[in-house]
Amino acid sequence: MTLVLVLAGGAVGALARYLVRWVVPWSTIWVNVAGSALLGLLAGLGSTLPGWVGTLVGVGFCGALTTYSTFALEAVELGRSRARSTAARYVTVTLVAGIAAAVLGVAIGRAL
Amino acid sequence: MSHRPSWDVLAVVAAGGSLGAAARYGVGLALPHDAGGFPWATLGVNVLGCLAIGVLARRAPTHRLVWPFVGTGVLGGFTTFSTYAVDAWTLADAGRPLAAGAYVAGTLAAAVAAVWVGLRPHRSHA
Repeated sequence: MTLVLVLAGGAVGALARYLVRWVVPWSTIWVNVAGSALLGLLAGLGSTLPGWVGTLVGVGFCGALTTYSTFALEAVELGRSRARSTAARYVTVTLVAGIAAAVLGVAIGRAL
Repeated sequence: MSHRPSWDVLAVVAAGGSLGAAARYGVGLALPHDAGGFPWATLGVNVLGCLAIGVLARRAPTHRLVWPFVGTGVLGGFTTFSTYAVDAWTLADAGRPLAAGAYVAGTLAAAVAAVWVGLRPHRSHA
């Protein structure tokens, strides 16, 4: 049962990440920040949530919506093809916004 | 990207995302960590996924579904940024700010190095 939740969440998360590419530029930043905020919210809500929500939405959806491999590949490719400052800015924005979003999500989840 | 995504691409992205997420979940079960403990499983998953995407990116595309399935789906679903961000905060919140900083910086450095290593053989031919 747990595996089914992870598989379902993973499918929807990966699909959502792929579709966001058609909508916004720098889509990897957006999905990583949004997914970090949502996972932070779940972590902040903690045990008030039923366990299956954490498995489906946290492990499956948020885990697959966000990506480290594409983030790191894009950073390296930016560093090779454009000014290194663009790559450094991409990494900095992703890390700062992603972690800030997670912290904000936790704070909101705890307050609810 | 003027054309619409086709159904076969969407299907392999979803299938790959499922497999990647399930593999990440399996690694997490095999290498559990306490709340506030160092998240080695996520670190390992992210670095391994970055090595694999580097290797994938250096190869000439053989079939149009390979990148959507393996790169976007499997490796995108396997690696995770959200767990990384929340775990970093959890470490800091547990009174381990140095471990949190080391985790954030260490994952980034190892991930970038892994992509680089994966891409590298291409560079020597170029």
